[in-house]
Amino acid sequence: MQRTVLYERHVESGARFGPFAGYEMPIQYEGVLAEHRAVRERAGMFDVSHMGEIRVRGPRALALLQGLTPNDVGALHPFRAQYSALLSERGTFIDDLLVYCLDPEDYLLVVNAASRGRDLELLETAAVAEDGGVRVDDQSDETALIAVQGPRAAEIVADVVGAAAADLRYYSFLRDLPAEDHARHLVSRTGYTGEDGFEIYTPAERAEDLWAELLERGRDVGLVPAGLGARDTLRLEAGMMLCGQDIDEETTPLEAGLSWIVKWKKGDFVGRDALARQREDGCRHRLVGFEVEGRGIARHGHRLTLRDAPDCAGPVTSGAFAPTLGRAVGIARLDCGDGGPPASGSAASVTVRGREIDCRIVKLPFYRRPKQGA
Amino acid sequence: MIPDDRLYTAQHEWLKLEDGEAVLGITDFAQQELGDVVFVELPAPGQEFAAGSEVGAIESVKAVAEIYTPVAGSIEAVNDGLEDAPELVNEDPYGEGWLVRMRLDEEGPPDDLMTAAAYEAQLAS
Repeated sequence: MQRTVLYERHVESGARFGPFAGYEMPIQYEGVLAEHRAVRERAGMFDVSHMGEIRVRGPRALALLQGLTPNDVGALHPFRAQYSALLSERGTFIDDLLVYCLDPEDYLLVVNAASRGRDLELLETAAVAEDGGVRVDDQSDETALIAVQGPRAAEIVADVVGAAAADLRYYSFLRDLPAEDHARHLVSRTGYTGEDGFEIYTPAERAEDLWAELLERGRDVGLVPAGLGARDTLRLEAGMMLCGQDIDEETTPLEAGLSWIVKWKKGDFVGRDALARQREDGCRHRLVGFEVEGRGIARHGHRLTLRDAPDCAGPVTSGAFAPTLGRAVGIARLDCGDGGPPASGSAASVTVRGREIDCRIVKLPFYRRPKQGA
Repeated sequence: MIPDDRLYTAQHEWLKLEDGEAVLGITDFAQQELGDVVFVELPAPGQEFAAGSEVGAIESVKAVAEIYTPVAGSIEAVNDGLEDAPELVNEDPYGEGWLVRMRLDEEGPPDDLMTAAAYEAQLAS
């Protein structure tokens, strides 16, 4: 089991650890509910250094990424990032990822820890075909990643790494910061919680200092360290998919409500033909959000069934108590045959310990953060 | 501090016996392991249970734990307060966070239950 460079800091903060994608990760410190609330109301800080960072560079880097990912890397300007994926020929998810454009010949891919080896293999294989025009480097082990999320995140991050961070637009980033201590950080306005927030990529040897600085600066406004437990409830409320759980090699972006990452006009990419056929024929499977109306919690592996169309059913892929909503919610992968996806508001049920509990299909996300005053 | 006025199971439940009745709850260790409790499913009063059978479940944000009764009997009362305040299981597992009160089929505790000292020793081992 691997540990991140911040492991000792988590021990000091009283973390409880659990295994995740081969890493011993902090699951919670004070408690999932308190950490969840801190992120929604103030700020929370996550060590997500288990994530993989893969650098793709060279004159053919753009062409290679255009061929491997469904989103349009060509539309990406320097200092902008985009959400995308690596798909199989069947158009299903091998991984979901972020693509950072450092310059038009230099990209940083941020991938899930569990699929990092597979991603790397795919990229390296594709690079061989480019005959020296692309270099692929796995920088995961020398890179740590700290996410600061919540309505107070901007002031904390700006104070620590530089005022320019506060002016970042969503999915933009900074690097080569003026302060020497932070010169090698990459700071992006991104996250996985549904709140405003930042992700800071740092050389591993700088991670402990950065963690301590952020914690110190954030103390006054109520920043707390938060674990993977809260990260999971936060992302679920925000309707964000977890790769390997909600989306996997049996799921396409079209089925997952992620058709916006598929750019048809950009040319060919792996999985395109399969997706084009699916667009034509319709999706048999759909990932849908649902709320639990009765008393109980639907969890991963339970089965959701539509009341009026019992043939339309499927496994719950994510399910949890949503602290901000005060009720249980989930995502299910329904097989509705030719019937099409269920309308929002449709009644459904899930069976938990032999008891049928009422549910209702709802649009994702479950939670949307309040708009900031302009 | 493990109260010594009751008995314990290897599954981290406690049982307090009084006048042919038993109050059942989970230990402080169990609530810590579970994390924030958000929902408690309890049986209906009057329901009968054999020793070792499942009487309900405790759902935390992270996980679900079934509640088993170590004794045979019928449900006299359940802790209604947990419906609106499931967090009582975390905050006061040996007191306000009790789960059910049962009328015992047989007088006297089964002999596989542990004293507080024995339970403490199990936790330490």
